[in-house]
Amino acid sequence: MKITKDETAKVAKLARLELSEEKLELFTAQLGDILAYMDKLGELDTSQTEPLYTPVSHTTVVREDEPARTVAREQILSGAPEDDGQFFIVPKIVG
Amino acid sequence: MTRLYESSLGELASALQDRRVTALEAVDACLGRITATEPSLHALISIQGEEAKLRAKELDAQGPQPDQPLWGVPIILKDLLAVKGAPTTCGSKILENFVPVYDAHVVEKLKAAGAILIGKANMDEFAMGSSTENSAFHTTANPWDLKRAPGGSSGGSAASVAAGQCFAALGTDTGGSIRLPASYCGVFGLKPSYGRVSRYGLVAYGSSLDQIGPLTRTVEDAARVLQAIAGHDPRDSTSVNAEVPDYLAALSERRDLKGITIGLPEEYWSEGNSPEVSKACQWAVDNARELGATLKPVSLKLTEYAVAAYYIIAMAEASSNLARFDGVRYGFRDKEASELIDMYTSSRTKGFGDEVQRRIIIGTYVLSAGYYDAYYRKAAKVRRLIRQDFDRVLGECDVLAGPVCPVTAFPLGEKVSDPLTMYLMDEFTVSLNLAGLPGASLPVGLGRDSSMPVGLQLIGRSFDESLLLSVAGVLERNLPRLPAPRGLA
Repeated sequence: MKITKDETAKVAKLARLELSEEKLELFTAQLGDILAYMDKLGELDTSQTEPLYTPVSHTTVVREDEPARTVAREQILSGAPEDDGQFFIVPKIVG
Repeated sequence: MTRLYESSLGELASALQDRRVTALEAVDACLGRITATEPSLHALISIQGEEAKLRAKELDAQGPQPDQPLWGVPIILKDLLAVKGAPTTCGSKILENFVPVYDAHVVEKLKAAGAILIGKANMDEFAMGSSTENSAFHTTANPWDLKRAPGGSSGGSAASVAAGQCFAALGTDTGGSIRLPASYCGVFGLKPSYGRVSRYGLVAYGSSLDQIGPLTRTVEDAARVLQAIAGHDPRDSTSVNAEVPDYLAALSERRDLKGITIGLPEEYWSEGNSPEVSKACQWAVDNARELGATLKPVSLKLTEYAVAAYYIIAMAEASSNLARFDGVRYGFRDKEASELIDMYTSSRTKGFGDEVQRRIIIGTYVLSAGYYDAYYRKAAKVRRLIRQDFDRVLGECDVLAGPVCPVTAFPLGEKVSDPLTMYLMDEFTVSLNLAGLPGASLPVGLGRDSSMPVGLQLIGRSFDESLLLSVAGVLERNLPRLPAPRGLA
């Protein structure tokens, strides 16, 4: 699979990453090589095969929803880049 | 005379219980070794020396606890396991100042067993790499030759154990990240079955692949650590509620390999392997035959597709898992950005290193509309075929054996600029993660050309770590022990 610089830039933007021109060039070439290698899977006939997304069969287990105080608000906020003691603070959303 | 830091975890644990050694002496021995070796090794990201001494003094004041099998034992954790109050960086600038407010499940279990945390180990950023050169902080050296890579991504954990900085370390294995560094550094490493150990408090990379396991100087030591950390935890929905057997008992019961069939997948014993790796591994399985095992040639035909399937799945899961790093609740924020979306973008762009960005971009690509079926869904289908291949072969054999990696530890800097070449190093390890099987790397000797350690990979049936450990244990007892790593004074 060939990938263009525009495609790389578009996917990077979706992932909220910004690539310099130099890195865009490098990544586009590397991504092209990696995706070309991955295209090898096309050699296998999987028309009769169901996907396997996890090795265990019980991923939708639920436990009792019991409210508990595990950590305090101050603890949760302690790692935040910016807070006001009550909430996380972020830059303005609409310019 | 053996110095304290060179003894095994098992020997130390008995000495501690018998009061021949105090917990403080054990901690001091490790901290002394860290001081002596870290300037050249760079295996650690942070050292919890003062906290460890304080804890050791508390333990010594209480006296040995026979019901705590790791009482007073100094350990090191890969720096993506959450420890309350200790930095947990994942080897990344984006988490450089992150201090968790809770302990990971494995940390709770190790503490309950009496272990003392003394440091946190270097790693490839977010566990993405096979050499530990992708750490945002520094590159770890291989204790056998400081110019070579320790393997990755748990390279700090493996180097630390090999150097005698601790008596056991925890690593994580998403595609070989315990087995590869164990092999390169000449220590034992075990990736348990998917679901055996809870990942609560592990910073996720590829959630359908990640598993936590021990790196130790002996097989028995790994059994002791696994005993402490295995078991069901409702906080990880993939944690399996299965009985945890007595691993030490399984180990001591097996004296030879009579009745054991060891499958040798022809794809793993490839012409492309370096001759020194083939020779050392062949010698080890010849020994297994002399000890009573039956060697059986088998085929895992899909091996050549495993790397492609693995990287598609791992990168897809990574792109999703790493979306949480947005500069809002924890971690690095670019304070220059004046608008929210710009803040997300510039925090992530400045916070993540190149390999992480590369994987997020490819992961996003293979999950995007128009490519999902061709890549992600296709890889998941191949994953089932790989699992079926293993099920068939493990129906005929008790364990499988082959090299962990086609080559011994490569020189630092040699492969870091070529991502695809680096991914291909994982050819023999990634299949197990796709299938969820347990696997180990057992040191079987030094390569005749490079004089670097060679690891034999042993692969077991799902949830049968007992058999895997006991076979590894018999081989270990019958193979010459590796000397001390010669790269360190």
